[in-house]
Parts: sequence; structure tokens; C-alpha cells
Amino acid sequence: MERKLTCIVCPLGCELRAEITDGKVQSVTGNTCPRGAKYAESEVVNPRRTVTSTVRCINGSVLPVKTDRAIPKEKMAECMKIINNTIVRLPICVGDVIIRDVFGANIVATQNK
Amino acid sequence: MTDMVIIGGGPAGMSAAIAAYESGVRDILIIERDTALGGILQQCIHNGFGLHRFGEELTGPEYAWRYEARVRELGIPVKLGTTVLDITPEKVITATNPEDGIFKIEARAVILAMGCRERPRGALNIAGSRPAGIYSAGTAQKYVNMKGYLPGKEIVILGSGDIGLIMARRMTLEGAKVKMVCELMPFSGGLARNIEQCLNDFDIPLRLSHTVVEIHGRERVEGVTVARVDENRKPISGTYEFVPCDTLLLSVGLIPENELTKKAGIELDPITNGPVVDENRETSVSGIFACGNVVRVHSLVDYVSEEAETAGKAAAKYILEEQ
Repeated sequence: MERKLTCIVCPLGCELRAEITDGKVQSVTGNTCPRGAKYAESEVVNPRRTVTSTVRCINGSVLPVKTDRAIPKEKMAECMKIINNTIVRLPICVGDVIIRDVFGANIVATQNK
Repeated sequence: MTDMVIIGGGPAGMSAAIAAYESGVRDILIIERDTALGGILQQCIHNGFGLHRFGEELTGPEYAWRYEARVRELGIPVKLGTTVLDITPEKVITATNPEDGIFKIEARAVILAMGCRERPRGALNIAGSRPAGIYSAGTAQKYVNMKGYLPGKEIVILGSGDIGLIMARRMTLEGAKVKMVCELMPFSGGLARNIEQCLNDFDIPLRLSHTVVEIHGRERVEGVTVARVDENRKPISGTYEFVPCDTLLLSVGLIPENELTKKAGIELDPITNGPVVDENRETSVSGIFACGNVVRVHSLVDYVSEEAETAGKAAAKYILEEQ
């Protein structure tokens, strides 16, 4: 079976074709770089996304955060719930861990505050 | 007299300042209207920045911080909360802030790095009254990402530019229902990756060759009428459809911020809507340079930083050769 995918690794957005047998990617065409092939393999078996959002700070402002690695795509909504139930104390620096181990990733600050 | 004044402390301004400093200019001033450096990157909390410059995927605030940290490390002076009102062709800058009042600075060289602004509703001629709930995508982005407000619950987005696509995902993640993205053209102007990860991931329909012909509601948006358009981009009768919603986001293009450029008597390019520049990013007025989205709207901030380095180096050369 062939599946068409749009690579989301970089702004080029290559149109990928993945040849799939028994739920596993056998070959990938259309990719410009090796990351595209890796993306297709992951996307077919276990699609993952980096989540970016904001958390509330104790002073009422908001702090931008991200998952420090991609999490399973179907866990995005749950991840958002966890982020939205969190309030952080300031000061915070870029890279500080805000919440540990959310579906295998840490939620980290992306701004100094 | 100041050697170099840079107008705008976003990615272009910061990168230009760093390049000029590293080329030997010490007397530099960055003037920024906002209360922090970083420009629009501050509200672009999504990832995807910096693959070219840093070989890794950063969010907007992280990308901005890389440059801000360097500006601070070099000790380049920055005036925040300061609006430039005027520039003359002789490079006299008039600016204002609550502390200094209105003041003038004479500069040997000026770098314009004011970025761009969004095309507003007024540029579209959509019928209807003026209810609350109509925002440019960038305004909604500021509300959600910097103020912590969700400006609506049921959203229609007109225009499939990248900001609109990014906001479709952002508002969905925060619990809003994005009903559709309408695009006048038969193709999207946004990146393919954004259609995939911002629309397809959430089953948000992208309606190509569709536009909004009327906005309904008196106090608050109650819905919009969308219609298919023909090859001349004219709405086709019989395809009109009422879509209930409380918010309409407009993501219909960006225009270089030209007010100051015009005041300085700089020649504009009718195609880019920005100043005409040479390969050093010098404008038609000697000693005034421009870089980033004020020149033309760039697809990636990485390219803005690169262009700003060119302008910063060239402006430094201009000053050092003059002395």
C-alpha cells in the first residue's frame, strides 16, 4: 500500500510517498533529505508532534512553553489540559522545566520572565 | 550625533545591530516601540524557526532570545517604548517616549527595520456592519499567546496565510471550534507543512476558491456568508452559504510598514511595497539602509536575519569610510 504524506520537518514541505507493508514503511520517495524518510517512518507507525502553548504565571501573565520533544499526536489534547491546569512561579529562564514527563517529554519555558 | 540608529528591535534590527558592532561600529542605538525586544517573534510561540541559522527548531521567543542575549552581551544601547515619528533625508530622527518627551537624534547612518503590518478588513470591502469579533490573525495571536485571552469560540478564518493556519491550530488547542479556512485563490499561500500540521491534524476544512461575502451581526459577529468564486475571483451566485460563528479572523497578507520610509523621501518599489534597495540594502537615500520585512515580506525569519547582517555590515562600512 502506498501512502502520501506532507513532510513537516522543515519549511520545504516535501510531498512524500511511503510504501507500506504490514504496517511498516518499506521505502520512501519524494524526500529531499534523510529526515524526510525518518519522518515518514514515524508518521505511519506512531505520529508525533511538538506542542507549543502558554502557561499561566502567578502574577496573571502568560509564559510560552513547548514540549522539549515530540509527543504522540493523539495525546495533544490531554497535554493541553495538563498545561492549562498549571500555574508557575516567577522568575523563569528559557529552558527551565515547567512540568516533568508529560507523555515522555518535559514542558519547558521558551521565554525569560 | 550618533553613528548608527536602527529603527525596530525585532529580528532584523537586532541582527543588523550585531553585524554592525562586529564590523567595528560602537556608537549604535536601537529604537523599539514595544516594551521588549523581539518584535513579532514574541507572539509567535510555535516552533519552526531557526533551522537555517541554528540548525535546530526553535520557537519564536527562543529565536529572538538568541539575538537579544547577544545584543546585551555586546552592550548595544536600546531605547524601548520609543516611537519614531519622523526621519528626514538628512538622517535627523524625531522620536518620543514618556521619559524623554519628543527628541531629535542626528545619525550618520540609519537602518530601517520596522517590519510589516497586516492587511486590515478595510482593504477587503466585505459587506456588513462593524460588530465585535473581527480580528486580524496577528491580533488574535497576540491576545491568545501574550495576554491569555481566547477572542472567540466559533471561528471562521479568511485567508490561508501562515499566520491564519497557525492560529487555526492554536485556537483549536485552546478549545475553540475552527469551522473552516476560506482561501480566495485556488491554492494556499501558506506552507504545506502548516496545512498538514495545523489543519489536517485537526480535520479543519480548507475551502479553496472561497471567500467571505458578508459579515452578520450588530453587536457581535453572528455568522458569515461564504461563497465559491470563479476564475476571476468573483462570487458565484447559488453557492452562498451562511456559516454561524462568533469570530472572523483575517489572514489576508502583510504589507511593509512604510510610513517612515516615505517621510525620508525614499523611493518605493510598487511590487514589494517596500523601499527600492541595492545589493547592500541601501535605499535611494545615501546612508539609509533597510532590511527584513520592511523591504519585502520574507517567508522565514532566518532569511530576515541574514539580510539584516548584510545591511548592518554595509551600513558599518558606510560609516567607517566616511570618517
